[in-house]
Amino acid sequence: MNTFVELWTYLSTTPLFGLTATLSVYVLAHAFYQRVRQAPWANPVLWSVVTLALLLSLTHTAYPTYFSGAQFIHVLLGPAVVALGWPLWQRRAELVLRWRPLLLASLVGGAAAAGSAVVLGWALELPADVLRSLAPKSVTAPVAMGIAERLGGIPALAAVMAVVTGLVGALSAKPLFALLGVGSTPTDWQARGFALGTASHGIGAARAMQVNADAGAYAGLALGLQAVLASVLMPLVAGW
Amino acid sequence: MLPLQGLAGLLILQSAGEMLARGLHLPVPGPVVGMVLLTALLAWPPVRPSLEAAATALLQHLSLLFVPVGVGVMTHLNLLQAHGLRLLLVVVLSTWAGLAVTALVLRQLLPPSQPPSTLGDT
Repeated sequence: MNTFVELWTYLSTTPLFGLTATLSVYVLAHAFYQRVRQAPWANPVLWSVVTLALLLSLTHTAYPTYFSGAQFIHVLLGPAVVALGWPLWQRRAELVLRWRPLLLASLVGGAAAAGSAVVLGWALELPADVLRSLAPKSVTAPVAMGIAERLGGIPALAAVMAVVTGLVGALSAKPLFALLGVGSTPTDWQARGFALGTASHGIGAARAMQVNADAGAYAGLALGLQAVLASVLMPLVAGW
Repeated sequence: MLPLQGLAGLLILQSAGEMLARGLHLPVPGPVVGMVLLTALLAWPPVRPSLEAAATALLQHLSLLFVPVGVGVMTHLNLLQAHGLRLLLVVVLSTWAGLAVTALVLRQLLPPSQPPSTLGDT
């Protein structure tokens, strides 16, 4: 037993642990998600995060120790943001044809998400640095971190808030759209996808891609557009 | 080999984006500059197959990439203990506001009868 504890202590401090744990937990969570036919509540990011956080606290593993391995996955967020240029380019005909409504929806929707977060948070008396970390939460995590840094927020908190925002969108979009009467005509699917990409970035877009191909393409487009608009406009607006 | 070549391409574009953003003091994060560079580069046909392979592979597993950051929620437990409920309320309501406004605005602006299959190249 003692040797097992020693071996575990050794293994849990190497980068191998964080990488192995992240990938295996996610693969299991994803298999479960498929098994329950992609029910929103079974979101693989949500259950991977919950399982890993529990695993780390039960084994008294510090987050930096875990991250020394998990960073190899985290680093890929950068090229993944670059990769968003692919759906943008693929839909360039639509962009050229519809850039006015798409740009307007992205601006208004992004402003609604960020503005309501800051106003609500201010009304509920959240501290200023938390507010500054909440503003970019609808933008995909690595970009949100960059924006929060410029706004004077806490980048790590902004990233976590972005992940929670993505999960909220992926989990609740279906009943919300049903309530709003946004249904399943082609235009409605495009609007749903675009909304998910705008308000819930990559996690929302991942959900949209699984539900409907057209919604997924619009979500990818919205996600890229929101990243560009928010990183240009948010520091300007905050400067006023 | 194609996805690897593509991944190298994406990383080079990201690096170029980081250098441009820093060198020219652009208000945009490096990867976003890289994204704009990618859309420009794709006009050149020879690079398309490899970049497509890498981009689709990465975007297909986009959810996984958020897990390490998400687990970081455990380092903010003190903040969550102090403001957890209010923070959650703000995040949920503002996300709904963003979703609802975007979807309703876009649905109003897009012509309702236009079939999507006549657009795009997919």
